[in-house]
Amino acid sequence: MSPLLLADLTVFTLALLVGFEVISKVPPTLHTPLMSGANAIHGVVLVGVLLLAATISTPAGYALLAVAAFFAAMNVAGGYVVTDRMLAMFRSRS
Amino acid sequence: MSAFGTVVHLIYLGCASAFVIGLHLMNAPATARRGNRVSAAGMGVAILVTLAVLIDDGRINAYAAWALGLGTAAGTVAGLVAARVVRMTAMPQLVSLFNAVGGGAAALIALGDHPATTQAEVTGVLDVLIGALTFSGSLIAAGKLAGRVPGRPLVVPYGRAVSVVLALLAAVMAVLVIGFDGGTPALWGAAVVALAAGVLLTLPIGGADMPVVISLLNACTGTAVAMAGFVLGSTPLIIAGALVGAAGAILTKLMADAMNRPIGAIIAGGYGTGDAVAVAAGSGSAPVREITADDAAIQLAYAGKVVIVPGYGLAAAQAQHEAVALAQALTERGVEVTYAIHPVAGRMPGHMNVLLAEANAPYEQLADLEESNPGFARTDVVLVVGANDVTNPAARRPGNPVSGMPILDVDRAKSVIVIKRSLGHGYAGIDNELYTDARTAMLFADAKAGLSALLAGLSTYAR
Repeated sequence: MSPLLLADLTVFTLALLVGFEVISKVPPTLHTPLMSGANAIHGVVLVGVLLLAATISTPAGYALLAVAAFFAAMNVAGGYVVTDRMLAMFRSRS
Repeated sequence: MSAFGTVVHLIYLGCASAFVIGLHLMNAPATARRGNRVSAAGMGVAILVTLAVLIDDGRINAYAAWALGLGTAAGTVAGLVAARVVRMTAMPQLVSLFNAVGGGAAALIALGDHPATTQAEVTGVLDVLIGALTFSGSLIAAGKLAGRVPGRPLVVPYGRAVSVVLALLAAVMAVLVIGFDGGTPALWGAAVVALAAGVLLTLPIGGADMPVVISLLNACTGTAVAMAGFVLGSTPLIIAGALVGAAGAILTKLMADAMNRPIGAIIAGGYGTGDAVAVAAGSGSAPVREITADDAAIQLAYAGKVVIVPGYGLAAAQAQHEAVALAQALTERGVEVTYAIHPVAGRMPGHMNVLLAEANAPYEQLADLEESNPGFARTDVVLVVGANDVTNPAARRPGNPVSGMPILDVDRAKSVIVIKRSLGHGYAGIDNELYTDARTAMLFADAKAGLSALLAGLSTYAR
């Protein structure tokens, strides 16, 4: 295994553990916004699509890139907005 | 590493921290919205920095830039429109759809990248397999939730044999990519196999198991995104993917526990129709006591403590506003009102809480299973609206389909009123012993009509 892969694996494992730790404290009341918010976070895949764009130079590649960008942008933009909309409704007794 | 590279890496670290802090702030309703915004800010910065990297790198050609720009613009508009117009009852299918496109994008990254190292080949195959499976699986799940694909378990002929063949084909493709430098064609082969597997796995799963399924698919997307991060050597993708994978895994376990069903059995499918079977009122074997809306309203009005137990029937009838109006009217009369919410009351984890929050129920009144159960013995009237199996006392005995399932101890209250259209069975397909209990009275009505009638009765007879 290359040192780079080892470093990536370390980061992955620790992030997984941090995720378990942080998320297990979220109350059931907020599970839907949590899932929707986590959904928005995997919209980070758009960063990956941007990085990929530099290496693409064929017509089929452009088509694939456009579809990937469409999917990722929809994920990230929609995910955050809909989560915010939901959380705005959670109000205290006023 | 160049100075620019170092700065970029440090900014990515900050963004990853923002995701973790954002999720941490989600642990209380008062800070959750801020948490989501912290996370969104981190995401915005990560995307802008990557754009700067792309421009600095300068290798991108004009066609790729157009493809990227147009795709991103169209996707953003589609996402924003969907997020703005969606009704809260339709939230599960939208979350499922966003999940699908996230998994799809992750799979496409590996398909567009030409694997050069063994590491890129291994993680690329995993990315394509998991991402494509999540894409088709989530689309089918969204279709079931939206009612476009039948919610009942669809039996695929020779389903098991086909699954085995698909698993073998996936293994063959993986060997071709990793061992024989099969490259992009073999990866596409893997994608096709995984797409078929996603459809085949999701179709036989019944509507009742949807909260587990979408949690599991969420975990899969997170994993696929992390794999895409391994392919590209991009830390933010690895961290964010791992966080989402953890979130999905925890929710999957919580949901499966709440239904007392092993995850393996849920994936095997065939349980839970999702389509309510209408049986004429009063056709059950044991005698039940019926109550009129006016009598029920009077009983509620003179109670000291009332607990409302909302179930899927309330969500299906979109009666959350009526339920909250009734609770408010009772609160104004000095009655103590809370809602007892079972973990699988909606169609996704926590769905019922969102519906009640939409109708302006204060979140202090929303209590989960553990918080609610000790209070039932001190409760004068429990109002069960469209909930069935989660209130069945038979769950405490072994030897029936709901045995061992955590239930709301509704039968320990002094009296129970059940609003239900009929004596039809829940997903488990058995009689609910609560309905024939001497302390239980049945109000046969649709959730919305029943609650409206109670509210009307309250204003007429109890001033």
